[in-house]
Amino acid sequence: MEFREVMQEKYKEILESYMKDQNEQALYLSQKFSRKSIEHKISPEEIISLHKTALLDLGIEFSEAMLPSFDILLEVMMAYGLAYREHQNLRTIQQELKSEIEVAANMQQTLLGTQVPDVDCLDIGAISVPARQMSGDYYHFVQDEQGAVSVAIADVIGKGIPAALCMSMIKYSMDSLPEGQYEPSQVLESLNRVVEQNVDPTMFITMFYGMYNTVNHTFYYSSAGHEPGFFYDHKTKDFKELYAKGLLLGVSKKTKYRQFEKKVEVGDIILLMSDGVTECRTEEGFIEVDTLKGYIQKYIHLEAQEIADKVYKELEFLQGFQLRDDFTLIILKRIK
Amino acid sequence: MNITIDVKETELQTKVRIAGEIDAYTAPKLRETVFPYTERETSNIVVDLSEVSYMDSTGLGVFVGLFKSLNANGGTLQLIGLSERLRRLFDITGLADIMNINSEVEGGV
Repeated sequence: MEFREVMQEKYKEILESYMKDQNEQALYLSQKFSRKSIEHKISPEEIISLHKTALLDLGIEFSEAMLPSFDILLEVMMAYGLAYREHQNLRTIQQELKSEIEVAANMQQTLLGTQVPDVDCLDIGAISVPARQMSGDYYHFVQDEQGAVSVAIADVIGKGIPAALCMSMIKYSMDSLPEGQYEPSQVLESLNRVVEQNVDPTMFITMFYGMYNTVNHTFYYSSAGHEPGFFYDHKTKDFKELYAKGLLLGVSKKTKYRQFEKKVEVGDIILLMSDGVTECRTEEGFIEVDTLKGYIQKYIHLEAQEIADKVYKELEFLQGFQLRDDFTLIILKRIK
Repeated sequence: MNITIDVKETELQTKVRIAGEIDAYTAPKLRETVFPYTERETSNIVVDLSEVSYMDSTGLGVFVGLFKSLNANGGTLQLIGLSERLRRLFDITGLADIMNINSEVEGGV
């Protein structure tokens, strides 16, 4: 028997049984039938036609005059049928897109992957959580032969897929910098030229680039419009802003970046972040910088990675577990 | 998450008043509304941000885009009425050094 004939028979059975004694079982079977119909893409108007045929087949007594009314019902349901089919098509397309984006997001993870360097004198922690599937935030570690650890933290303005593609471009530029050329101001100047030339004029990048010299324990840094980081002074138990002003990458070709430096003692901590951290919004308004410092202070005795994870958990909780912006926090703690 | 954009054109300038939040959701609307004015020759756009309660990096991107487009077409961009929080955003990003911000000369608010 053809599938439709089976459906026809089944429908007739259910209808007959219900017409006889209005039993619950028939109602239950109808629900099952309805799910099965949807599964097999049977449209609403086909169901009406089924109903009409079943009534005639069963020879149930009803006024002949009623019969043409089903034609009207059928016509009326036609548009619903079309809408339903369109919905089905869109669902398929949506599924396809979703899986493609998943592939892209995984690819981004792989492409942009970075290894947290392992150095004796530093305890390093990093966390980066995207607000949507693909992140506009990015961080990258580079360790050179002299033992210097460089860290870049960036935010592509403009979110989603275009931002992610742009990030990949930046990462490749960073990886292809000549060996030994990790002076923060130079790195930013050279990346600025890349972004200025290649990127759509409405897309921009903020970046903070720092280099920790493990010999003289000095942190050299420059910023291209990025949120300033914090410096935690272990002796005074005080936070200072790692202020470094500089123009966003990609706005003007000739931009020069100023380089700053900070001597780091044992116990001191460098905190770098994206604006998703400081521009973190809650129901009641913004999180003030002091609130953020409070959280950091609360966990400051822990290991770097734990501090990052715990601060993220607190901010996530404050925002009702719904991030509005990508979130990235990097912590460098001098341990000896 | 709402924004109202009010554009008034006079002979000398195009005045844009924005109220609300400028973020990833509202930025496209802002860009679409204001961008066409930047493509005219020598257009002077004054944007009043005094009723903007929030702006994120996406919003900043819109202004950089407007600024670049105006520069290319010989126009000017002036931003007025920035709150301290907004002012800080333009300071950190270095944009305050290249854009005309909060100067409020002739015919300002």
